[in-house]
Amino acid sequence: MDIAKLKAWEMREKLLKKEISSTEILKSHLEVIDSVEMDINAFITVDRENAMETAKLVDEKIARGESLGVLAGLPIGLKDNIMTKDLRTTCASKMLENFIPPFDATVVRNIRREDGIILGKTNLDEFAMGGSTETSYFGNTKNPKNLEVVPGGSSGGSAAAVAANEVAISLGSDTGGSVRQPASYCGIVGIKPTYGMVSRYGVMPMSNSLDQVGQFGRDVRDAYLMLKGVSGFDPLDGTSSHKSGVNFELENASLKGLKIALPIEYRDLRVTGDEKIREVFDNTVKLFEREGAIIQYVSLPHLKYALETYYIISTAEVSTNLSRLDGIRYGYRTENYETLDELYTMSRTEAFGEEAKRRIMMGTYALSAGYQDEHYKKALKVRTLIKNDYDKTFEDHDVILSLTSPILPFPFDSIINSPVDMYKADLYTVPVNLAGLCAMSLPMGEVDGLPVGMQITGNRFQESKIIRAGYAFEKVVK
Amino acid sequence: MGYKTLIGLEIHVELMTKKKIFCNCKNEFGGEVNTHVCPVCLGLPGALPVMDKEALEFGIRAGIAFNSEIEKEVRTDRKNYFYPDLTKGYQISQADLPLCKGGHLDIEIEDGVKRINLERIHIEEDTGKQLHTEDGTSLLDFNRCGVPLIEIVTKPDINSAEEARLFLEKLRSTIKYIGISDVRMEEGSLRCDVNINVIHDEKKIKSRITEVKNLNSFRSAVKAIEYEEKRHKELLEKGENTDNETRRWDENLNETVIMRRKFGASDYRFANEGDLPAIKIEDTWLHEIKENLPELPHEKKVRFMVEYSLGHYEADVLTGSRELAAFFEEIYKHVNDSKLLSNWVMGDVLRRLKEEDMEIEALHVSPKDLADLILMVKDGKINNNTGKKVLRDMFESGKSPEIIVKEQGLIQISDEGALEEMVERILDANPQSIEDYKNGKDRAIGFLMGQIMKETKGKANPQMVNKMLLDKISLR
Ligand SMILES: [Zn+2]
Repeated sequence: MDIAKLKAWEMREKLLKKEISSTEILKSHLEVIDSVEMDINAFITVDRENAMETAKLVDEKIARGESLGVLAGLPIGLKDNIMTKDLRTTCASKMLENFIPPFDATVVRNIRREDGIILGKTNLDEFAMGGSTETSYFGNTKNPKNLEVVPGGSSGGSAAAVAANEVAISLGSDTGGSVRQPASYCGIVGIKPTYGMVSRYGVMPMSNSLDQVGQFGRDVRDAYLMLKGVSGFDPLDGTSSHKSGVNFELENASLKGLKIALPIEYRDLRVTGDEKIREVFDNTVKLFEREGAIIQYVSLPHLKYALETYYIISTAEVSTNLSRLDGIRYGYRTENYETLDELYTMSRTEAFGEEAKRRIMMGTYALSAGYQDEHYKKALKVRTLIKNDYDKTFEDHDVILSLTSPILPFPFDSIINSPVDMYKADLYTVPVNLAGLCAMSLPMGEVDGLPVGMQITGNRFQESKIIRAGYAFEKVVK
Repeated sequence: MGYKTLIGLEIHVELMTKKKIFCNCKNEFGGEVNTHVCPVCLGLPGALPVMDKEALEFGIRAGIAFNSEIEKEVRTDRKNYFYPDLTKGYQISQADLPLCKGGHLDIEIEDGVKRINLERIHIEEDTGKQLHTEDGTSLLDFNRCGVPLIEIVTKPDINSAEEARLFLEKLRSTIKYIGISDVRMEEGSLRCDVNINVIHDEKKIKSRITEVKNLNSFRSAVKAIEYEEKRHKELLEKGENTDNETRRWDENLNETVIMRRKFGASDYRFANEGDLPAIKIEDTWLHEIKENLPELPHEKKVRFMVEYSLGHYEADVLTGSRELAAFFEEIYKHVNDSKLLSNWVMGDVLRRLKEEDMEIEALHVSPKDLADLILMVKDGKINNNTGKKVLRDMFESGKSPEIIVKEQGLIQISDEGALEEMVERILDANPQSIEDYKNGKDRAIGFLMGQIMKETKGKANPQMVNKMLLDKISLR
C-alpha cells in the first residue's frame, strides 16, 4: 500500500483502526520526499528527526489507548513564514536565512496539541510577496503537475508538497490569494478562512489586515480537516474572533437550492486570452445549475477598484511590517557600515530581494505625508465600499462563484519581470481579503493539461457554506 | 507691552500598570537587563500586541482628572521610524484620534487662578533604553519596551518659567492622586519636553519655536525656559531670529545646546494599527472608572476650604498630595481645631519635609502622635516652645510625645507657689531690669522671662510667668 497517496482523512481512519502506524505514514512520505524533492524543491527545511520523534509519540499514545487529536499522525508542511520554536524560519529571505525563533506560532501549538506531525518548512515567495514562488531566496519550487510551470504563490511550496504527496496536508498564508492561487495551479484544494478565524500569532505578517493562515488538502475534506486542527479563538491575537472554530458535517451536503451569485464585473474584467478557462468555468456553472443550484448575476460595482485598493493597502502595511527587520536585533546585518544609517540601509539593501524592495517603496510612498490622503486613506475608504458590496450580495445569496485565477500556471521567468501583469492575476482573489471573507479554491477541470481552479466565496464565518458546497461539487464531479 | 513668552509642554508619563501595555511582561522599573521581555515586546516576527485594559483605564483616569473629552472608540496607529531602541520599526501610538481630547488644569498664580488648556492626551508604548559604553559601543536594554505611557500635550498657554513650574507641580500631584504613576522624574516615569518662543505684539515680531529635551527635573525645566526666553529675546533684539530646532539642556554648562535642526515636519508615515481592533469605551465602564476615581485635588481643596474653614492658600498646600491631605484629616479627628492644626502642619511639619527633601509618607511621626502633641500644648501640659522641641525629637526618634516628655521631664511648671517664689528671687537679683521696664523698655520683661526659663529649662508656663512678672513689678 502506498500510504502517501491516500487522502489525509483516509490515513487518519486507517490509523485509528490501527491498520497503519504513525511511523509508517511518516516513512511513506519521507520516501516520496527522497524521490521527488530534488525536482520539486517544495521545502526550505525538512525536519526528519523531530518528525520521527513525534510520530513515535503518537504511536505510543495509540498503544496506551489514549484519545487522539484531529490531526493525529498526519505529516504536515508549514509555510516558512510560520514561526516554529527551535526550527529555522526564513520567510524565504536572506534577511532571516539563519533565524531560529524562540517561540511557536499559535497554529503550530494547535497542530502539536492535535497530534499532527510537522514535517518541514515549505518554500514561498520572499515574505509571501509574489504569485509564483520565484522571489524566494531558496530557489524556485516546481509545479508537480508540470515541472515547466510555476506552482503559484506565494504559498507555492505548501501547495506543491501536498500535490506531490510529500506531506498529507499543509498550511500557507493568504493575503491576496496566496493559498487559493497555488491550490488552483497545483490542482488541489485551498481554503482562505474568514479574517479572525485562524490565529495570526507567530505568522510573519505581510499585510496584517489582510493576512490569514490558509489550508491545503488533496480534497475538500482534507483541507477542512486541516482547518479544524488549527482554527479557534486565540487570546494572543487581538483580531482573533470568538466566532472562530469549525465543526460541521459534510456528508449530507448538496447543491440543491444553493443560491449562487456571479458578479458581472468579473465577466467584464477578464484578462484576454483565457477562452478555454472561461469554457471550463461556464461548464462548471451549468453543472451547478443541473444539480439544483440557483444562479444569479449580481453587481458589485466597486470590484473594479479592488486591485488598486489592494496594492495600496497591502504595500503600505508591508512597509511597516518589514520595518522590524533592521539588522539590529536579529536577522541579517551588513558588514559594510560605519554609521547607524548605513547599518540600516546596507543591511536592508543587501538582504531584501527585488520584489520586497519594490513593495516597501510603494508602501512607503503611499503612507508619506502629502500622499497619505490620496492613496492610503482613500484606499481604506474604497475598501469599506467593497465590503458593503459583498454584504449586500450575501443578504440573499449563499456563495459567490468565480475563477480563482484568470490565467493558467505560467512558465518560469515569464511574467516575474512584469510586476503589473503578475498583480493583475490576483483579480479574483484580492477582494476576498479586502472584505475579510472566506473562500476556497478547488479543481474544476484542466486546460492544456494544466489544472484550473474555481473559487467559492462565502460571507464572514460562513465556512460551512463554502466547504459544504465544495464538497458537494467534488462528489458530483467524481 | 514688551515680549510675551509662549510655552507648550509635552509630558510623557509612565503608567504603573501591573503588566506592559501589549504583552504579559511585568511592568517594573529596574531589574536585570533584558529580563522583562517576550516575543511581543522584542518585536519578533509574527508576535502580536493585545491591548491591556488596565493601561486603557489609567489613560481614561487621566482624561477625567484633566477634564478631557474621552474618545468613544479607541484606535491606535503605527508611528514609523527607525531607531535601535524601537523593536518593531514603529511605535504603537495614536495619531488623529487621541484617547482624550482637550482638557485643562488650573494653577494658582499671584493674580489668582490661571487655566492651562490641554491639546490632548494619548496612549502609547515606551521604547527600550540605549546604554553607551566608554569604548563607543551601544548596548540595548529592552525591559522598558512596551511600558504604557500617556503623552499630555498642552496648548501654548504657559507664559513663564514660574507658570511652567506650577503647572508641572500640579500635574504631578494630580497624577499621583489618581494613582496611575509614581511620576518620578529621576527614574524617567515623568519626562517633559518644552516648546518655546517669544512674540512682541507692537513690533509684530516673533521667534521660531525651539523644542528643548533632556530635562531631568522641574528645576532644569525652569532654568532651560529662562535661558531660552532670554536667548530668543536677545536674538530678536539684534534683528535676528531663532531656528526651528531641537535643543537639549546641559546641566553642566547651564545652557541649552543644539541637538538637531528641523527641516519641515517630520514624517512618521502614520498607519492604522490593524493588529489592535478598535475598542469601544462603554458608558457603563466609563461611569465605573469615574465612580472609583479618588477625590481630585481641586475637589478636595474646595472641600477643605468649606469643611475646615481654611483659606485658599492653606487649602491648596494641604491638599498638595493625597497623603498630606489624609495626614491632616487623620489628625483633625483628634484635634478638632483646624486653625491650630494647619499652623502645626504648614509650619513645623512641612518645613521638616522640605529640609529633608522627603515626602510625607517617609515621615516617622504618626498622625495620632502629632495629634497628642498638639493637644498637650493646647491643654498647657507643655508650652509651645517645648512642643516644638518635642516634635523635633519625634522626627528623629519616632517616639511618642508622652514618652519624650516623660523621659526628659518636660511637663510644664504651672504650680503657682513655686513660680511665685522664683519670680520674686529673679526680680530681687535684677533691679536694673525693673528700672528699665519702668522707663519704658519692654524688652526687659523678655530678659527676665528668659532667666526664669533658663532656670526651669523652659518648662515654666509662660503665660503665668508673664502675668506674675507684670503684677510684681507694678507692686515694687
Ligand atoms: Zn513582553
